Amino acid sequence: MTPEETKAFEDELYNFVGNSVHGGPRKGHDDVNAAMIRQWCEIMGDANPAYIDAEWAAKSTRGHTIAPPAMMYAWTQEGYKVASVGRPESDGQARLVRFLASKGFTGSLGTNVDQEYFADAKIGDSIFEDSIIESISEQKTTGRGVGYFFETFAKFTNQDGTLLGTQRFRVFQFIPPAQAEAEAPADSGLEVPTRIQAPRGQDNKWWWDACDEGKVLIQRCKSCQVLRHPPRPMCGECQSTEWDSIESTLDGEVFSFVEMHHPRVPGYQYPLIVAVIELAEGTRIVANVVGCDVADVHIGMKIKGQVDQVDEKTMLPQFYPIAS
Amino acid sequence: MTINVSGEAAIVGVANTEFTKASGVSELELASVAVRDAIADAGLKPSDVDGMTTFTLDNTDEIEIARAVGIGDLTFYSRVPHGGGAATGLVHQAVMAVATGMAEVVVCYRALNGRSGHRYSSGVAGPLLTSDAIHWGWYTPSGLMTPASWVAMYTQRYMHLAENVQDAMFEIAHLQREYAVKNPAAFFYERPFDRADYDASRPIVSPFKMLDCCMETDGGSAVVITTAERAKDLKHPAVVVKGVGQAAAANMESMTSFYRPEIAAIPSMDIAAKMAYEQSGLTPDDIDAAVIYDAFTPIVLWQLASWGFCDLLDAPNFVLDGALRPDGRLPTNTHGGQLSEAYIHGVNGIVEATKLVRGTSVNQPNKTVNNVLVTSGVGVPTGGALLGKLD
Repeated sequence: MTPEETKAFEDELYNFVGNSVHGGPRKGHDDVNAAMIRQWCEIMGDANPAYIDAEWAAKSTRGHTIAPPAMMYAWTQEGYKVASVGRPESDGQARLVRFLASKGFTGSLGTNVDQEYFADAKIGDSIFEDSIIESISEQKTTGRGVGYFFETFAKFTNQDGTLLGTQRFRVFQFIPPAQAEAEAPADSGLEVPTRIQAPRGQDNKWWWDACDEGKVLIQRCKSCQVLRHPPRPMCGECQSTEWDSIESTLDGEVFSFVEMHHPRVPGYQYPLIVAVIELAEGTRIVANVVGCDVADVHIGMKIKGQVDQVDEKTMLPQFYPIAS
Repeated sequence: MTINVSGEAAIVGVANTEFTKASGVSELELASVAVRDAIADAGLKPSDVDGMTTFTLDNTDEIEIARAVGIGDLTFYSRVPHGGGAATGLVHQAVMAVATGMAEVVVCYRALNGRSGHRYSSGVAGPLLTSDAIHWGWYTPSGLMTPASWVAMYTQRYMHLAENVQDAMFEIAHLQREYAVKNPAAFFYERPFDRADYDASRPIVSPFKMLDCCMETDGGSAVVITTAERAKDLKHPAVVVKGVGQAAAANMESMTSFYRPEIAAIPSMDIAAKMAYEQSGLTPDDIDAAVIYDAFTPIVLWQLASWGFCDLLDAPNFVLDGALRPDGRLPTNTHGGQLSEAYIHGVNGIVEATKLVRGTSVNQPNKTVNNVLVTSGVGVPTGGALLGKLD
């Protein structure tokens, strides 16, 4: 598209914002019932007695079973006929998707769902859903291709008009990459990702090998005894290339730290705190702080490290708070 | 014999390509377009050029561009390392070449498909066993592997020592967006944001939100430098390089200098600033506007201190008092910077600094602008240049 065509297209596109999906509240085909709840819990592997054990639930604070809150939007789904006959012509979301597809944005990827729950649904309740197209992003380039994110916002109520919950559903509608790319052999998906390994060369292999044995070493100049980390082959104080090492006690203090949010990298566990740590021996080391609330990490925090196996391949010093 | 390069060389032509998220063309093409247009802006012919300089990071060979643009014999070519730390290093190289007669007309360039090609935000990881790979290996296993994460580490420490830092970070991000909103060449032209948007913007690496981080751009920028003498006969009023310095301070690591006594500081830029001021005979009071490298908002604060506009820990207050605004003490990043115009590794900043001296910035301050500071990226070995009107 030329810039002018893109502008005209986007002007039309953003007109969809605010449109109703179903032209007003629509009622679920079936009222809340034990059979659908039981099937849903079976598929999800959820054995919570509050959903499926009437006897147990009778003695609970509610006095009866409830529908799993996360099941909220199952009640108002169109059902299998979407697959066979498609969504109704009037469906606002379907109209938006058709419009995008007409310009080549034929790929569709549900990216995330956020739900909030305010009240329980119980057997016999009718569920109503009222949805709008809440927002459409600017054009984005992602790993999937170029496209637009759109979000629907749904309110779920019961027969009394009580708000049970809300849901935001985000979809990325994109131009799929060329066929050749799509047909590239998929990964087996069997290997569990691990952390990115430090490459080992002549100047650092000894340090990582010791780490694999559960020890954190600090390089020491044999000539002037000055400690240094990260290791390097020559002492910056006396230019000696002779060195040995001592084992750190891993007593330390947070000198600075960050919390990694984006991008999330496979093989790492989040929330992820990385800190510059001042060790009791006087050198600093960069490592994770774990075993506490993210909000509790602060500069000056006293910590104690140990070498942990953090995944199948990786031994790493991890630092834990010291109870004060 | 010592040569003082001050006033010996001048910027006479500048150009940017269009800034996009998907250029659809090669980096060679972007570079060739920027170089061609900068030569034309100078009123010179490609055959006048006999020197070229760029970043070690640039993927395009000088001789490929020379052939594409129709540049003839080259007697000077060089590359400057350390990512965005190279930006004014190009000027440094060109000025030395011109002042010593190694070349007469040098083009500095940088072009990248920074969004549709390799993205810097994707971080560092790879199988090559180089000293650089071993260096990153001290950080990647812990998860510290993106530019935002490295600079955030300094920033957390700075927030521990100084007050009002987050407010000043917002002021920088917001002010630069306001400049970009009025700059048709900027990616964020006519797209403002407010404090609520900033506060709600996605966390990248605490304490950075998305709006504290520069963007990723496809585009190119180029600058032509020749002797002050020859500059007098060319199309635009000459913009001379009055001072230029670069430095890698002691105990430096690329982006991860976490082992100095205090890490909330950028000693490399302190040294470069001292060199540039000494060469030029200028003082901070003589500087009328600035283009300060802004990969992330807080690095602007630290550089203001390096160049003597305020104390390091008082920089947030200096900024919050409106110093960087159009009517402030030091209008800064008037193109929108790399946060809001485009991320061309600081070379679009040299273009903007040149325009400020010429008086042709899209957001030209309403005052006489004689001298303008332009800087390179920090956290790496870095530098800066003082540009001014020909005396």
